[in-house]
Amino acid sequence: MLGNLARLIRYRGLIQTLVARELKARYRGSVLGFFWSFINPLLLLLIYTYVFAYIMPRSLPPGQEPKPFSDPYPYALFLFCGLLPWTWFSSSLNESAGVLISGGNLIKKVLFPAEVLPIVTVLANMVHFFLGLPILAAFLAYYRAPVTLGELVWFPVIVLVQLLFTLGLALIVAALTVHFRDIRDILANVLMLWFFATPIIYPWTQAPDVGKWFVNVNPFSHLAISYQEVLFFIGPFGHWRWLLSLGAASVVFFLFAYFIFDRLRDTFAEEV
Amino acid sequence: MANAIELRNVSKIYRRYTHRRQFATLKSALLSRSLVRDLRPDETFAAMQNVTAAVASGRTLGVIGRNGSGKSTLLKLVAGITKPTSGTVHVNGRISALIELGAGFHPEISGRENVFINGIMLGLTKREIARRFDEIVEFAELQDFIDAPVKTYSSGMYMRLGFAVAIHVDPEVLLVDEVLAVGDEGFTHKCLDKFAEFKRRGKTILLVTHALGLVERFCDEALWMDAGTMRAMGDPKRVVGAYITDVETSEEQLLAAEDAKAKESATVVSPDEATTAVLPDHPVETAAGPADMFRATEGRWGSREIEITEVQLVGPDDQPGHVFHSGESLTIRIRLRSPIENQDFVIGVGIFNAEGVCCYGTNTSIEELKAVRILGDAEARFSIDSLDLVEGTYKIDVAVHKLDGYPYDYHRLLYTFRVKSRTKDVGIYRPRHAWRFSDGVAFDRVGHEA
Repeated sequence: MLGNLARLIRYRGLIQTLVARELKARYRGSVLGFFWSFINPLLLLLIYTYVFAYIMPRSLPPGQEPKPFSDPYPYALFLFCGLLPWTWFSSSLNESAGVLISGGNLIKKVLFPAEVLPIVTVLANMVHFFLGLPILAAFLAYYRAPVTLGELVWFPVIVLVQLLFTLGLALIVAALTVHFRDIRDILANVLMLWFFATPIIYPWTQAPDVGKWFVNVNPFSHLAISYQEVLFFIGPFGHWRWLLSLGAASVVFFLFAYFIFDRLRDTFAEEV
Repeated sequence: MANAIELRNVSKIYRRYTHRRQFATLKSALLSRSLVRDLRPDETFAAMQNVTAAVASGRTLGVIGRNGSGKSTLLKLVAGITKPTSGTVHVNGRISALIELGAGFHPEISGRENVFINGIMLGLTKREIARRFDEIVEFAELQDFIDAPVKTYSSGMYMRLGFAVAIHVDPEVLLVDEVLAVGDEGFTHKCLDKFAEFKRRGKTILLVTHALGLVERFCDEALWMDAGTMRAMGDPKRVVGAYITDVETSEEQLLAAEDAKAKESATVVSPDEATTAVLPDHPVETAAGPADMFRATEGRWGSREIEITEVQLVGPDDQPGHVFHSGESLTIRIRLRSPIENQDFVIGVGIFNAEGVCCYGTNTSIEELKAVRILGDAEARFSIDSLDLVEGTYKIDVAVHKLDGYPYDYHRLLYTFRVKSRTKDVGIYRPRHAWRFSDGVAFDRVGHEA
């Protein structure tokens, strides 16, 4: 297994090329092309802002509307801090579920390291995430968010932890979907639930008491909270212990996932 | 010289899915707590059993065998795409497998970009591809279309590009799975030339093919796979010969079974046809036989006043059989029985090809033989000195009837035989012929170049 893992480094050229192909091919043929990488998160942001800042509060009796938005910073910005990484995470998993099956020709007919496919999916979505960052940066600058350099150093760490965690999960999902095609359908619903169980559209402090425990064991909560603390909330980054523990856990999880993938590898060519 | 490919006691066992298992899903697996059990194969199928073989570096090995004999499994095992269930596979040097051409092509992006990506997938570096790029495009004959998205390519263009990339990987070991059917005649020749070039440069080639002539001409060794096991390995001429003989034997059995079936169904039909036919004032029924002459359906009819008891096809070895070689002799032995003496009879024979075209038909009356008498058991032999038919399956008619056509016993297309030929000429009939050339023209036998 470790030998295979080391071999992965040799494939970095292949992974690089495939990520580039993925990005190129995705918007080929559309008029706006690459701009969709900016427009998509922007549209999503507008929809969520409209729903949660305008429609939802009005549906409650006066005096009872939640007030997460009384902060000097607008709700949209808060939402964006969690939504952007979530999009990376959820699309990675959704696409990983089908990636071995649609790439069946490669696995069956060419000597091709199967793990490259889910890895490429995660990395391509990471690039989309990076492309969404300038929009976030523009918003942050516009609202003069109190982002300090000391806090911003943590940003790459959070991204790295999320990358490892997502890679691990993507490998498992990809490998298991080959054997159980049902996962593709289950996954969409699981991700929907997961999204609402993560403090993205609401701040962590507003999580219902019953759900607090649930939010706490949810690894993505800590990623979202970290993003929000670094980019949105005032004050020093206080969540770093959680983040580092999650990072350590993610390394173990990734190795575990790779182990599972490696064990199932030989069955792919026959099952796909 | 070292071995480029080594297989030691290699077996490959595939799972076979029963109908029930196809519907097994995660949910049902969890519900019935059979997740672990379902992941274990319950029915297996050995695609390859205990194969031990080695190919010396620089040799060309042709793998032949029937469909489902394990040829492609062998190739996939050597390529490393699947792992053997037991045993070891060892390959020295870079492999390029021409199994699925253009497998990694992305339809939306241009041929140029796909060449790079495919090349990297096959193990080249960007610089290596850039150096070979022009050669690849030229080989694929796609200079004008290389910047168009691959989805606009015809399937031939797609295959050619895939082939061109794979062949320019410059492998030490080249695996080829029946891909010569790519493109037109000219391209096939180019591929063969490329293989020959590989051979000259001392590369190892593993060629899976049904083109036996190619194996004989091109390969240093041949391996004959049969039902997952190795039947023979060695000199291509010898192995191909043994394979052809084996195929003939099983075809023989198949044709014999077919004959038996045809005869059986014919005898089932015959009783009531026979009874109607014996009525002398039933001209319609008697005419039914000859009128059917050009309708190619099997059957047997007639009054059986004279009966054909047995028909045998005999080759030059005097043994009854069903597979014969073009140019050899063939005798149709017809055993007859006439309980009472009869003076009005004609014996006829017709040969039809698979499309139902009458290749030849004759009878004793046409050939101006006047029947004198027949009584008791008798035998007629129709001997063909040289069976000058092209390769194919043929059926024959055998009949005894009155001079006016009234059938005693008519066997319609009940006997099948196969003609084998080393030449792939076309048509029905092969006239005895020879090519002769004046001084201005020269030929050499293919595969015997100096």
